[in-house]
Amino acid sequence: MRLTELASVIRSKNAGPYLLTFDVLFKNRSCFENFKNSRLMTIEKAAELYGTDVDDVVSVIFFDPADALKITINRPVVSGGLGDSDIYGAQQHAPLLDWQFDLPV
Amino acid sequence: MTNQKKKIFKVLSPTAILGYGFPKDSFARGMAEKPDLIAVDAGSADPGPHYLGSGKSFTNKEGVKRDLTIMIEAGLKSKIPVVIGTAGGSGASPHLEWCANVVREIAIENNFSFKLGLIPGDIHPVIIKTALNKNRISPLDHKTPLTRETIENSTHIVAQMGVEPFIEAHKNQCDVILAGRAYDPSPFAALPVMKGYDKGLALHMGKILECAAIAATPGSGSDCALGILEKDCFILKPLSSERKFTRMSVSAHSLYEKADPYHLHGPGGMLNLEQCVFTQLEDGMVKVEGTIFEPSEVPTLKLEGASLDGYRTVSIAGIRDSLMIDTIDEILLDVKNRVQSFFPEIDMHKKLHLCIYGANGVMGVLEPEIQKAHELGIVIEALGDSQDEADTICSLFRSTLLHYGYEGRIATAGNLAFPFSPSDIPAGEVYRFSIYHLMETTDEDLFPLIYEAIKGAGNETD
Repeated sequence: MRLTELASVIRSKNAGPYLLTFDVLFKNRSCFENFKNSRLMTIEKAAELYGTDVDDVVSVIFFDPADALKITINRPVVSGGLGDSDIYGAQQHAPLLDWQFDLPV
Repeated sequence: MTNQKKKIFKVLSPTAILGYGFPKDSFARGMAEKPDLIAVDAGSADPGPHYLGSGKSFTNKEGVKRDLTIMIEAGLKSKIPVVIGTAGGSGASPHLEWCANVVREIAIENNFSFKLGLIPGDIHPVIIKTALNKNRISPLDHKTPLTRETIENSTHIVAQMGVEPFIEAHKNQCDVILAGRAYDPSPFAALPVMKGYDKGLALHMGKILECAAIAATPGSGSDCALGILEKDCFILKPLSSERKFTRMSVSAHSLYEKADPYHLHGPGGMLNLEQCVFTQLEDGMVKVEGTIFEPSEVPTLKLEGASLDGYRTVSIAGIRDSLMIDTIDEILLDVKNRVQSFFPEIDMHKKLHLCIYGANGVMGVLEPEIQKAHELGIVIEALGDSQDEADTICSLFRSTLLHYGYEGRIATAGNLAFPFSPSDIPAGEVYRFSIYHLMETTDEDLFPLIYEAIKGAGNETD
């Protein structure tokens, strides 16, 4: 399955000029709990999806009050620096849309 | 009964960024609630380093003037303060002055008289160098240590001020407070904190209100929101029938533009949301309780600076030839090397950047997709120490690529489709974030207040 089946919001944005942060807001508590309990999303998985070093994944946090998952990685280039392609970091979420996985029943 | 007797404090937030506008009806509904304060955030670092570096505003003057006129008129009429944080978008002295001039213009045109408090957010380089010498500066979210040279090369350096400078201005009964770079919640939280309300709750409420109705659903950056602060909770109230706050919309907002939603760092301490409870109330209102402010042992301020990196010229072109698309990476490298040979003294890896839409133009090195596109868009970006140099590098790369006889070429009339004539666009000064560091400080006088008696018919400074 894909995250779009479980989540109503999947987005990316800068968290300051040096970090990119991804928010996944799940459709409801059970979607959130199922995904969280599956332990499918880890620092290693985030690194794999974005082709970065594990050290460049700052954090993977499940935020219970909002049924949300938050992933934060180092930006490859500081916002507005030479070679930056997305000043606001708003179009970096696609690998999360495309990720296919099996959710344990 | 007054808010004071009810022991509640109401804050009206008209819009997410000063100048983005708001419906007059929503604002009127907000004023009918008899707020104790009108506050707005006027800035963001999101649009990139250019605005801080150049001293220009990223918001439109007419938009800012329209918003401020409505806010100041209402504030004066109801005798409540109007507070603006991060004036002019980036909050350095030219931005503050730009916004102050808008305020002065409004006063003259509308015959308003009031006491204006100005709080510059700039930090003098000498103060930063002293802190650097005492090892009190560390990089934030990156690893580049600050140097004296970087401090000297930065055109503007600001720090995000906490609630204290605003409290000082409130104690001196300013009607309108215009601050330079501020921690986003500060303009919202200062007055209630001064009046004894819980700092954690006041800052958390400010954190949500600084985005106005963005935390509502459907969210909007150009609609009003009301915050009602009580002793042990705060309530968010929508001011338009189109939208409401929901438990999810408010709690999810804690995630926005932050790395860790449980721990929100700011000047002097951290907001801890671990015990936070969000409760849905009727009429689209949400109650929030349990936020705790944890003061840091060593208070820090976040420094932001930008420096001039040179000048930019860009050229945009399309490629539809499948033979060329097959070997585009090699072709671009060959052309780059050829341009390099014309300028051996310049490192082209630091001066030329190629953004290839249809390949990895949006995600760069983070792009996992390798599928070949039927057409490519190429943005040639050249940097120079002068505009002339940038123009020259861009022009040379563009013309070389246009006629480059790559291996296997069969279309010999030209390799690029240009959408525009002229093909090259001089884009002016290029700034970069030079400083993004934390500075340890216990100095309370970093943000001196300037008072100005604004008179409708003209001004005088006292």
